[in-house]
Amino acid sequence: MWLPQLVVRLALWLLLAPLLPGLINRVKAWVAGRRGPPVGQLYYDLAKLWRKEVVWSTLASPAFIVGPAVAWVAVVGAALLLPLGPAGAEWSFRGDVLLLLYLLALARFATAWAALETGSAFEGMGAAREVSYAVLAEAALITAVVSLSLQTSSVSLTTMLAPTAGAGAVLLAAGLFTVLLAENCRVPFDDPNTHLELTMVHEVMILDHSGPPLAVILHGAAVKLLLFSVLLVQAVVPLDQFSRGVAVAVLAGGVLSVTLGVGLVESFLARLAFRRVPLLLTTAFLLCLFALLVAWKGGVQ
Amino acid sequence: MSSTTTFALLANGTSLPWAELPVWPAAAFVHATAAELQRGARLCAWFGVPDANGTILVAVLAFDSDNTLAAGRSEPISGGYPALTLMHSQAHLFEREVWEQHGITPSGHPWLKPVRRTTGEAPVNGEFFRVNGPEIHEVAVGPVHAGIIEPGHFRFQCAGEEVLFLEIALGYQHRGVEEALMGGPHRATMSQLETVAGDTTVAHATAHATVQEALAGGEAPLRAQWLRAVALELERLANHTGDLGALANDVAFLPASAACGKIRGDFLNLTALICGNRFGRGLSRPGGCRHDLEPARLVQMQTRLNSALAEVEQAVGWFWDAASVRTRFENVGTVFAGQASEMGLVGPAARACGIVRDVRFDHPAGWHRFAQAPVAVWPGGDVFARARVRALEIQRSGTYLREQLAMPPEGELFTAPEPPAADTLAVALVEGWRGEVCHVALTDSLGKYRRYKIVDPSFHNWSGLALALRGTAISDFPICNKSFNLSYCGFDL
Repeated sequence: MWLPQLVVRLALWLLLAPLLPGLINRVKAWVAGRRGPPVGQLYYDLAKLWRKEVVWSTLASPAFIVGPAVAWVAVVGAALLLPLGPAGAEWSFRGDVLLLLYLLALARFATAWAALETGSAFEGMGAAREVSYAVLAEAALITAVVSLSLQTSSVSLTTMLAPTAGAGAVLLAAGLFTVLLAENCRVPFDDPNTHLELTMVHEVMILDHSGPPLAVILHGAAVKLLLFSVLLVQAVVPLDQFSRGVAVAVLAGGVLSVTLGVGLVESFLARLAFRRVPLLLTTAFLLCLFALLVAWKGGVQ
Repeated sequence: MSSTTTFALLANGTSLPWAELPVWPAAAFVHATAAELQRGARLCAWFGVPDANGTILVAVLAFDSDNTLAAGRSEPISGGYPALTLMHSQAHLFEREVWEQHGITPSGHPWLKPVRRTTGEAPVNGEFFRVNGPEIHEVAVGPVHAGIIEPGHFRFQCAGEEVLFLEIALGYQHRGVEEALMGGPHRATMSQLETVAGDTTVAHATAHATVQEALAGGEAPLRAQWLRAVALELERLANHTGDLGALANDVAFLPASAACGKIRGDFLNLTALICGNRFGRGLSRPGGCRHDLEPARLVQMQTRLNSALAEVEQAVGWFWDAASVRTRFENVGTVFAGQASEMGLVGPAARACGIVRDVRFDHPAGWHRFAQAPVAVWPGGDVFARARVRALEIQRSGTYLREQLAMPPEGELFTAPEPPAADTLAVALVEGWRGEVCHVALTDSLGKYRRYKIVDPSFHNWSGLALALRGTAISDFPICNKSFNLSYCGFDL
C-alpha cells in the first residue's frame, strides 16, 4: 500500500513543481504587456537539457556533478516530509521538522560545493553571497518553526502544521513569504532573469553547469519553490477545519496565490542592493520572532 | 582667459591654415598646453601627425566659458618628450594612444601600455594593475559577456564585495578607421564615419560633414543644418530612453524596462521617417542632407513625436515614483566633480557631476547658433544623477524638437561643397547623446587628408567609469556601466 502512495506523491511533487516558475513568468509578462513564454516552458527546457551533453571543466572534481544530485535528493526528501493537507506526510516522526531544515541546509551546501569546484571567481562570489544570506534566512525560518512548535507543543510537521497559527498567522505569513523569496532567489533578493553575472546570487553558482546536471538543478529549484509555498500555506491556513476536498482545494488555491504574489512582487519591485538585503532578512526574522512571542505569550489568557 | 592664450583660436566648425598654428619645441609645447589646461582649458584632442622628421604633436583645446577652441602644435619629435599626463591626468589615454600609433614615448607616463592594438593573445594590453593582500581577489569579466553587448575586458581588484580598483582594457574592435581615412576623403569615407559608433551615427556624420564644409570654407544650407539638429535630438531621445529602460532592467524593475524598450523603437522610427534608416545613416553628406522632411511627413513626425514623448514621460514617471528604484541608484558609483573635471569627462557623465558642459551651449555650431536647448545639469555624480540628467535631457530635447519642427527654415537642402583647402586644419565638435564628438581633419598640399582624428566621447568617459567603481560594490557594476553606457567601437576605432 505504501509504495503506490509514495509513487503518486512523488509524481505530484516532481511533475507539478515546474509549473510554478512558468506561472510567475506569465504574471510578469502580463503586467509588462508582453505575451510571455508558455506556462510549461520549464518542462520544455528540462527535456531539452536532459538530452544535451555535459561540458565538464578539467579543473572540477566529481563533486561538480555529485553536488547537484545530492541537492536534488535532499530537496525532494524534504518535500516528502512535508504533509499535504489531509493527505498527511509520506514519513512522519517526532523531530521530522529538524530533518527538513537540515535537508534544506544540505542542499545548499551541495550546490555551493559544486559551484566552488569550478574555481571561477564568479561562482566563488555567488556561493559566498548565497551562504551569507542563508545565515539570516535560516534564522527566520527556524524562528518560524519554533513558534509553530511552541503553539502545538510538537516537533512533528503533521501536528505542527495542522492547526491555525493563531494570532501570529499574519506575522508568520509575512515572515515566511520573505524567506520564500530569499530562499528561492526571487526579486528583491536576486533576479532570476538577469544576464549580469556580477549581480547574480543563485544563477552565478550554476553558470558552468550544463546538460542533465543543469536540468537537475533547475528542477530542484522548482521543487524548492513548491515546498516553500506549501509550507507557507499550511503554516498559516488551518486546513484541518475543512472537509477533505475543500482542504485540498484551499491548499492548491493557496499555493497558486503565493505563486501569483511572487509574480506581482517581481513585476512592481526593483531589486535590492546587496548591502540592503540583510535589512530585509532581519525584518523577516523579527516578524517570525514576534509570531513566536505571540505563540508563547498569546496562549496564556 | 582665451584672450591671452598663445594658441591659435578658432570657432567650432571652422578651419585654420596649418601654417597659422603656433609651433613650440616638444617640451615647451607640453608646458604651454599644461599652462592652458591649468587656466581652465579642456583637452579635446591630442594626436600625432607623421612628418618627414618625426611626429608633430597637435593639441586642440576648448575654452568652454569663452566659447572658443584653440589649437597648437609641436616641432617634429622623434624618440620622446616629457609626459603631459604628469601634470594633467586627462591626457593619459591620449598620450598612450600617440605612443601606440607613432612610437614616440611620453617619458614619465605612469601607466604606459597599449590602448587598442595588442601585441600577443587577448586579453593582453600589457600588465594589469594589481592590489596585493590576503583578502584581495581578482575578478576578470569579458571580453565575452553574458549579454549581447560589445567586447571589452574588465579587471576588478576586490576586497569581498567592494571594488578597490577597476582597470578596463578595450581595443577588441579596433578596425583602423583613422588609418583608412588617410589620403581621403574616399568614396567609403562617409559610410566609415557613420559607423564609428552605430548608436551615434548622426553625431559622427554631422561632425564629419561639418569638418568637410569647414575645409571647403563654407557651410551647409540652413535647412540642412536644421534637419541635422532635429536628427541629433531624435538620436539623443532614442538612446536616453533605451538606457533608462536598460537601467530599470538591471534592477529588475519591469514596468519601465518594458515600456522604455518599446518607446526607444518609436524614436528610432522617427529618424527612419526622415531618411529611411532608423539610425540616421545616409542622412547627412558634406554640403547638406540627402533627405528632406516635406510638410506631409513633418506633420506626421509631430504627431508621432508627441505621443512618444507623452509615453516616455509616463514610463520615466514610474521609474522615479518607485522608492525601490531610487534607493538602488542613490550614492552608487559616485564620480566627484573634481575628478570629473580632472579627467575631462564630457556629456551627461560630466553634467551629472554638476558641471555645465555641453557643446550645443558652449560651442554652438550649425543650427545651434540660432536655437539652443538649456543644459541639463544635476549634482551628485552617482547613478541617480546620471539617470536624472538623461531624464531631464529627454524633456528638453522633446521641447526643443517641438519648437524646431514648428518653424522649419525654407530653402535649399544641399549645395555641392568646394574642394577642401590645402594644408588646413578643421575642427568640428558635436554634442552627441554620450557627449562631445570631436573630429579634426588636417589636409596635405593636395587637399587630401594628411591626418583625420576622431575622438568619441567614450574615449574621455571610460576613465570616469573606472573611477565610479572605486569603493562601489561589484554587484553594482552593471548599473554603473549602464548609467554611462559607453561605446566600445567608438573607442576602439
